[in-house]
Amino acid sequence: MPTRKPSDVIVVGAGVVGAACAYYAALAGLSVTVVDRGPVAGGTTGAGEGNLLVSDKEPGPELELALLATTLWRELADLLPPQVEYEAKGGLVVASGESGMRALREFAARQEKAGVTAQEVPGDRLHDLEPHLAPGLAGGFLYPQDAQVMPAHAAARLLRAGGDRIRLHLGEEVTALLTGPGGEIRGVRTTAGDLHAPHVVNAAGTWGGTLAELAGVHLPVLPRRGFVLVTEPLPRVVRHKVYAADYVADVASGSAALQTSAVVEGTPAGPVLIGASRERVGFDRTLSTEVLRRLAAGATALFPVLGTVRAIRTYLGFRPYLPDHLPAIGPDPRAPGLLHACGHEGAGIGLAPVTGLVVAACLTGAEPPLDIHPFRPDRFPAPESTPAP
Amino acid sequence: MTTSPSEPGAPRARNTRDDTYDLAVVGAGSAGLAGAVTAAGLGLSVALLDASAHTGGQFYRHPAPALGAVRPEALHHDWSAFSDLRRRLAESSVTHLSGHHVWSTVPEADGTWTVHAVTGADGAAERPARVRARALLLATGAYERQLPFPGWTLPGVVGAGGAQAMLKSGLVLPGRRIVVAGSGPLLLAVASSLAAAGARVPAVVEAAGYLRYARSPRALVTNPRKAAEALVHGAALLRHRVRVLPGRAVTEVHGTDRVEAVTVSRLDGDWRPLPGTGRRIACDALAVGHGLVPQIELATAVGCATRPLPDGTLGLALDDLQETSVAGLWAAGETGGVGGAELARTEGEVAGIAIAARLRGRQGATGRTAGLRRRRDRMRAFADVMATAHAPGPGWTAWLDDDTDVCRCEEVPAGRVREAVADLGARDARTVKLLTRAGMGWCQGRMCGTAVACLAARDGVAEPPSERRPFAVPVSLAALAALEGTADTPHPEAP
Repeated sequence: MPTRKPSDVIVVGAGVVGAACAYYAALAGLSVTVVDRGPVAGGTTGAGEGNLLVSDKEPGPELELALLATTLWRELADLLPPQVEYEAKGGLVVASGESGMRALREFAARQEKAGVTAQEVPGDRLHDLEPHLAPGLAGGFLYPQDAQVMPAHAAARLLRAGGDRIRLHLGEEVTALLTGPGGEIRGVRTTAGDLHAPHVVNAAGTWGGTLAELAGVHLPVLPRRGFVLVTEPLPRVVRHKVYAADYVADVASGSAALQTSAVVEGTPAGPVLIGASRERVGFDRTLSTEVLRRLAAGATALFPVLGTVRAIRTYLGFRPYLPDHLPAIGPDPRAPGLLHACGHEGAGIGLAPVTGLVVAACLTGAEPPLDIHPFRPDRFPAPESTPAP
Repeated sequence: MTTSPSEPGAPRARNTRDDTYDLAVVGAGSAGLAGAVTAAGLGLSVALLDASAHTGGQFYRHPAPALGAVRPEALHHDWSAFSDLRRRLAESSVTHLSGHHVWSTVPEADGTWTVHAVTGADGAAERPARVRARALLLATGAYERQLPFPGWTLPGVVGAGGAQAMLKSGLVLPGRRIVVAGSGPLLLAVASSLAAAGARVPAVVEAAGYLRYARSPRALVTNPRKAAEALVHGAALLRHRVRVLPGRAVTEVHGTDRVEAVTVSRLDGDWRPLPGTGRRIACDALAVGHGLVPQIELATAVGCATRPLPDGTLGLALDDLQETSVAGLWAAGETGGVGGAELARTEGEVAGIAIAARLRGRQGATGRTAGLRRRRDRMRAFADVMATAHAPGPGWTAWLDDDTDVCRCEEVPAGRVREAVADLGARDARTVKLLTRAGMGWCQGRMCGTAVACLAARDGVAEPPSERRPFAVPVSLAALAALEGTADTPHPEAP
């Protein structure tokens, strides 16, 4: 039976970000209670491909997070059991024409100044890296720092690695935040009773905005839907994470309309995963054949050999999207005791460890490993309240 | 070729907007056939899609004509009802699209439906096909529920429904001495077919106790045909000296390369095997099944509401005229809960009348179907009694060793599922799948879904697996890519 004893911190959300926050807080000596209304990895974590990418990020605060995260993931890979399936497979971004190649070259040059390793691959060398790529591509860039993990195991094994300092309360939904006389956070009320702690970390992912609301603060996390198409198991036909150059533009876009770009990668278990689509349609779980058509068309254009391969399932998830595409990480000055660790959009798996490290530093009063000002949770102006009619 | 003139060389799916059918029916078993011919008889243009080359579905599965079966009806009761439907189909204007594997149905903005199928999926020339219709009737039937046990992956262990299907379509027996086991009314039918076809059936091992039927005498009395059916099977079993062993289960299969014997154990009221009661029965095959699971993924993919059934499965929630919670989408037969061919036929007819009334803008379906609906409700009540009587008890997982494979596709043993629940924070079939790969393989959890859900349930009572399975059949990427697309959305921020 999980106890309801007070702890040093309550983490709301048992996805990979919540798990990493709990792990690093436990590592720093804190006792942690993790509460989730569902199971471990039941939300967006369970719907992710497990990308740890630097290749798709412009120089800026998110790339700084990602670079630190790649180092942390390498450490974690040695520490966590092999089920986490950490694989430093490298990313390969390809361009079909010369103008696309020029844009990639310019983008990579800026990334290299920020510390990213990017190697130009001429068109006639692409098949050394990916023998089944379509012929006639202009070239591409190889990003050896890109890696992949199995997201659900990443979350589950991080929680286990925290040992006795982490207590799990699954199947309990947070219905209110408990506060003291000065408005300071004292814990949470769940469907199974009260849990007490002087700090609460909002790691509720796509539902982080709702939790913030319970604390009376504004954090505009919106769902950005994505589909992944999964093929029957295959011998390794795709070795890297391979994507077309327009993916970067799609990731950076704020448009609500449907965007798709081909992202193809193999997995240790055999199936090939095909992404990526982005659209803002709320929490609509309806299958979109148009998305599937575009994903299949994009993947077979990059890898014609996949044409005869069958898709056996597709799944969807809701990326937690904030308007400026940066996550909210750190203490919320509007609600003393509340910290946020959400809004990572499609990069939550990759950025989880660095987020956890920052949160643990904030909880223990240590210096965060990087400047967290760009991620401050109160950076979005509250919408003008309209008087009730 | 065989049967109706509309079967071979059926017209290709119409592909233009103007060629929208009034009704598309998915599934040409009892429910679908009845719905299609009823609606066509009321003046609707109807397309009837089915994966098989023949009509009849699973229940009226029959040999390919090339096998030269003289009397395919010998293996069926109620064959006349089917031949009647088949005759009506041949005389109707229904477009029968055989060999169409439907993988998705999509509601369009203008209120019509697009049915996506692939043809030739069994061979090399796989091609996408599309049918548009103003209304949709899903009659996709059910598939067999399996509960694993030590040794269930040995050659010689077949599904009870599968054994019946092999017999009906190929006139093949899975062995010479066949134990029939599991739970549900199908077992008696399977055992009597196998015995009639010449196999020795040393025992029918039924996990439930038949006493549970006695708790609902009213449903029994008002369904005399069902009682008669049971008597027919019972008499056949007596004639072939087949023992029925209620309250017992096959808890282990023995053999090295194939089945040599099974251990049958007594169960307590929760289906937990009672220690020391195991008895060996020699056999060379085991036909096993635990009832049927409604095949509803096409409907749940578009958000249709479901209802939990008394046997722990999920069926579609339907209104009094067979419409789902999604307007314009009707369902009939096993999709609303397993109840047999006669119920399916009745529901198909109700749906056909209701759809015609809706499309023709007329009231009156309620009045015209009053008698049919009364019959349906009576048979549904009986189906619920059966489902309750044969619901797996929560103790059945006790006959699983930790090293018994639960998921055959991905070779995931029970112990790994238990670990995911106890140590890793899984609480449902979905997270078990993510953490163990159980259900991720070729069958997409159709085989192991029930077992995984039961093992994931902490209090022993599994929630019916509610996860959506968007592809009703696997589809090649080339076929997906060839779907008619909409114009690309411009990328505002793209260079």
